[in-house]
Amino acid sequence: MSRYKLQINGDDVEVDATPDMPLLWVIRDKLKLSGTKFGCGIAQCGACTVHVDGVAVRSCVLPVSAVSGPVTTIEGLADGNDLHPLQTAWIEHDVPQCGYCQAGQIMSAAALLSTNSQPSDNDIDQALAGNYCRCGTNVRIRRAVHTAATFYNADKGNG
Amino acid sequence: MSMNKISRRGLFKASAMVGGGLMLKLSLPVNAMEGDATTLVKSNELNFYVQIASDGQITIYAPNPEMGQGIKTALPMIIAEEMGARWEDVEVIQAPVDGKKYGLQGSGGSMSVFRNFDTMRTMGASAREMLIGAASLLMEVEKKELEAKESQVVHGSGRSMSFGQLASVAAQQPVPDPEQLSYKDPRSYTILGSSVGSVDNLVIATGLSKFGIDVDVPGMKYASYTRCPRPGGKALSFNEEEIKALPGVIDAFILQPDASSGKASMAFLRGLAALQGGVAIVGDDTWSVFSAKSKLKVNWDESGASRDQWSQMIEDARDIAAKGGGEVKKAGPAVDAAFADNNNRVQEGFYEFPYVAHVCMEPMNCTVDYRKGATADLDSMEIWLGSQFPFQVKEIAENMLGVKQSNVTVHGLRMGGGFGRRAVHDFAAEAMAISHRSGLPVKLTWTRTDDIHNDYFRVGGFENMKAAISPDGKLAAWDQHYIGFANNGKPVIGSGLRGNELPMVAFDNARVTQSMMPVDTACGAWRAPGSNTNAFVEQSFIHELANLAERDHAEFLIELMGSRRWIKDGNISALNTGRAIDVIKLAVEKAGWGKTMPEGSGLGLAFYFCHAAHVAEVAEVSVDADRNFTVKKITAAIDVGPIINMSGAINQVQGSIVDGLSTMALQEITMSNGRIEQDNFHQYSVMRIAATPEIDVHFIQSDNKPTGLGEPALPPLAPAVTNAIFAATGERIRTMPLSKVGYKLV
Repeated sequence: MSRYKLQINGDDVEVDATPDMPLLWVIRDKLKLSGTKFGCGIAQCGACTVHVDGVAVRSCVLPVSAVSGPVTTIEGLADGNDLHPLQTAWIEHDVPQCGYCQAGQIMSAAALLSTNSQPSDNDIDQALAGNYCRCGTNVRIRRAVHTAATFYNADKGNG
Repeated sequence: MSMNKISRRGLFKASAMVGGGLMLKLSLPVNAMEGDATTLVKSNELNFYVQIASDGQITIYAPNPEMGQGIKTALPMIIAEEMGARWEDVEVIQAPVDGKKYGLQGSGGSMSVFRNFDTMRTMGASAREMLIGAASLLMEVEKKELEAKESQVVHGSGRSMSFGQLASVAAQQPVPDPEQLSYKDPRSYTILGSSVGSVDNLVIATGLSKFGIDVDVPGMKYASYTRCPRPGGKALSFNEEEIKALPGVIDAFILQPDASSGKASMAFLRGLAALQGGVAIVGDDTWSVFSAKSKLKVNWDESGASRDQWSQMIEDARDIAAKGGGEVKKAGPAVDAAFADNNNRVQEGFYEFPYVAHVCMEPMNCTVDYRKGATADLDSMEIWLGSQFPFQVKEIAENMLGVKQSNVTVHGLRMGGGFGRRAVHDFAAEAMAISHRSGLPVKLTWTRTDDIHNDYFRVGGFENMKAAISPDGKLAAWDQHYIGFANNGKPVIGSGLRGNELPMVAFDNARVTQSMMPVDTACGAWRAPGSNTNAFVEQSFIHELANLAERDHAEFLIELMGSRRWIKDGNISALNTGRAIDVIKLAVEKAGWGKTMPEGSGLGLAFYFCHAAHVAEVAEVSVDADRNFTVKKITAAIDVGPIINMSGAINQVQGSIVDGLSTMALQEITMSNGRIEQDNFHQYSVMRIAATPEIDVHFIQSDNKPTGLGEPALPPLAPAVTNAIFAATGERIRTMPLSKVGYKLV
């Protein structure tokens, strides 16, 4: 058991964990942030996607000892009281069915928009290739990402 | 942070509800009409569906479990419509698991809307009448001069009072006699039929929604459970010292099988499941118990374990098909005569479909707090889980551990997918046994491998098809031999035919026989049981026959329906050939049926009727020389009567189509000497977003009663796609998944 200092959603935290404990379980069981989901444990389904240093990573296979930067989870995606454009678009398009995979989808899409504010269908397919949706909300996910991109650009005053 | 905003909003609402008697309950009577909410209620106990706070906040309790099918939004919409509420004023809360108040709180079979529609309307209309009664008193006008709309009661003069102003007086009004209630004219609906977003979208999009796996109770520990890789095996011993010495491990022990919690083969029917033997590990966090699980070395007694072998089953099925025979489900008068007639043309085909898993995105999990009482009578249990039938776990607690059902509290949480898997509670039995044995509140979480290996699979099977076409291009004989699976001599759910499927329902000269092979692998309900495989076989073979007859497929299919009639008049579960014809015609029209297709592209059609829904789908597919295929577009035409929530309905159809495509293209569970060979998503994949087709959905809102959409749009997808591949390539696919016969979905 070792002590790890992490920055999660802007907060500095310290946790005791074994070095091999994946970030996912630190977030869920130690920090009690349950928005990040467990789906497979082998980086195949994307339900556990979070940002480390702004990059989408599968937290189920990232040992806590290897976390190298600030972590953002779905709970920290909104800016204060303002929802992230993707969250607004997800609600507007009524994307979720069961909802379990959606945090991972949104986190993958958010990483895409942060580097590509006008993604094509192909860009979206690439960025979300690692995220399963068992309910089949894929059609609406694509549309919502496009809508979010327009919000995103409008927010920045260039859309 | 947005979650602060959200929780403040939640807090405000909660305090408004409990503060100073401002919150009022409208106590509504149990509806005497048939429906879920009445079936378990034996006396005139009260139901609680609607509350109105004096600030105008309307709370509606959603009675049925939510697994993504949208029922938590749809049923409250019906109440709100009939009340005259503004949807924006409504907050929906999942009702507690309490059969006395809310009746049969189950989700399965796509029938929740159908079964609850009348009850929900009654609850809404009753609330409306009480509000109007209150307004009549306070405004000193006749009730008949008043109308409820937009969360107000409005008088003809223009005067109005808000629901919030009326709530306290309304609560004292006599409860109307359900027989005397009147209902809105559907043409005046403002909520029903519109597109309403799922009530939980905000909490889902912000990560605050609580699924079963997110439960956290004071003092809770975490558990894993490991069953024998061959189903039915028992644990004899394990490396106990080594496991208990691992970091974060509190306890580890063997659980013996317990048949009293339900016989596995009967599991779906009674919602129970036998506790399987295995090793439990309890620890400080999920990772510790998963990590320890991976280091387990168990000696298994496999004397009673499954030795199922899928490859052998395929060989056996071919032998059975070659021999013919089987139990006769329908015996047409002149089937052999039609085959013997040299003027007729004959088509044959052997179809195969695999076992498949549910792979709900949220692996099975359950949290249990067992508390020993001073006497056994006082033992109690609190259970948190996502379940399609959460009330049923009380029975397991009583049968297996002797905890009186009245001492069991069940919390039903949102499910990260159900698809029929969460109708069986074997995982809950494990969590109960672990909490009981350890004396700790425990959350059991399955790994993905547990979730696949311990599934109640969609049963695989085979169908040997033969049919004759007369010289004038009409169906002359139909011969269908189903080769499926039985456990203890009884066909497992989803295996077998009734003899009244299409085309037999409308065609007499058909022979339907059935042979069953034994299986020990657990089978269960998987989205549209039976239909999801029968549709593939029957709707593909009908296309084969249309081609043999050199007829247009749509025209041939419509001809099979015969005259426009209801097969059983007034029976919602029976095919209505007129509605079938209408959806087929609409689907082909919208899809551009008959248009010239580029080389390597084709259109394929299929129709299916199940769950009271008439559904036709047309697939547009392109295939390259290497058998890479792309589904470009699916056009669906559906009659489920009036639509409750248009956005939710379209979402279900889109989802069913994606699910159907993912399954038929990619998924297969195989058993080797009893062991399930697929361990995780690297061996059992779900379709990636890039393969998603455009999906065009059309509803015919007939005057049928509204019925559900969680399942019926799935079955026609597979045959629509394989029929389109035939149109594109001339190659007939009679095996699912398509990956097994060299086709790759791209």
